[in-house]
Amino acid sequence: MEYINIFIKSIFIDNMIFAYFLGMCSYLAVSKTVKTGVGLGAAVIFVLGITVPINYLLENYVLKEGALIWLGEEFAEVDLSFLSFIMFIAVIASMVQLVEMAVEKYAPALYGALGIFLPLIAVNCSILGGSLFMQERQYANIGEATVFGLGSGVGWFLAIVAIAAIREKIRYSKVPAPLRGLGITFIITGLMGMAFMSFMGIEL
Amino acid sequence: MSETAEATAVVKEPREPLFSSKNKKLLSDPLNDDNPITIQVLGICSALAITVQVKQAVVMSLSVLVVMIGANLIVSLMRNLIPSRVRIIVQLVIVAALVILVDQVLKAYVYDVSKQLSVFVGLIITNCIIMGRLEAFALANKPWPSFLDAIGNAAGYGWILIAVAVVRELFGSGKFWGYQVIPDAVYDFGYFNNGLMILPPMALITVGIIIWIQRSKNTKLIEEN
Repeated sequence: MEYINIFIKSIFIDNMIFAYFLGMCSYLAVSKTVKTGVGLGAAVIFVLGITVPINYLLENYVLKEGALIWLGEEFAEVDLSFLSFIMFIAVIASMVQLVEMAVEKYAPALYGALGIFLPLIAVNCSILGGSLFMQERQYANIGEATVFGLGSGVGWFLAIVAIAAIREKIRYSKVPAPLRGLGITFIITGLMGMAFMSFMGIEL
Repeated sequence: MSETAEATAVVKEPREPLFSSKNKKLLSDPLNDDNPITIQVLGICSALAITVQVKQAVVMSLSVLVVMIGANLIVSLMRNLIPSRVRIIVQLVIVAALVILVDQVLKAYVYDVSKQLSVFVGLIITNCIIMGRLEAFALANKPWPSFLDAIGNAAGYGWILIAVAVVRELFGSGKFWGYQVIPDAVYDFGYFNNGLMILPPMALITVGIIIWIQRSKNTKLIEEN
């Protein structure tokens, strides 16, 4: 039950885009068509689902104060948490490299479509943000952390696919010239965020 | 991008005065015509999330300024040493080291603000502005232009951040920098704070409106679609 609760919460209530604005850069840049949106969204789910649990282990067995106690009593006082940024980003960068190679080998068409944005997942704030929120919220076990990572990824996926679909349609409408492109996308995202806020307070 | 052309010109004239017109352009362009947030679409995440109060926005802009100057200078000094295949990782490590420094300083001197910024200090590492400028500028230019480019872009980022924060704090809680500026008499008259302004969606809409204003003044920035 706790798992379902975290999953739903991370998709709808703590949505990466609408509540925390994480990963906005690629969200705005790759959402011109639904196809590329789906590709990038899937890549984000995958990378978040892998990196959050790995970073959870790293946090709890290496970085946190007293986490090194499994090495022996004399390590009980060691606090390496100031290193967490650099460790998390290293894990993320190497995982992204792996995903990139896998996509290049098994789905070359998708690789061509995603172009520069696949390596840029490494600097997609939602990925590092997922790990940092995991650290801040202190999940009880690795299962919860994994579910949180996957849920955040699914939330991001939903958001980018929805905005891509809207942008495909909006091409046929008369938007005021200075608002075209970036401006209207911001405003639509704001309105979608308001819609997502109605999920607030849902508890399973 | 137009800067690349200017940049090569800068490199070819070693005896250029420190504030030549090209270098001045590096400083002034990002404020308007080539603004990192509204035109280059970089660094949106943090711009939206921490603009509820002016104080947070100012601290955030200063942190980004420091990290960016440091990163641009170091990468620009090392630009001939970094193999291009591993450049992303090298850049991430440089930026992450600088961010750790900034984070520790914030924790030591302005603990409450650092607590409010929560994960967003760490997220400066993946702030696309920094990576974007490193990739597009510092890797190909000398330290001095890179330094100016860092200041220009951080200032362009900062003014949007602060503008959004002023609007949101003023209308959302009637305050500026934590002090009440809308007098009580107005509230007695039936004025209400707009609670929606504090919530996340209004940040997006405020930036959308800033883009609208900017592009209607500067029509050459209008996009095709």
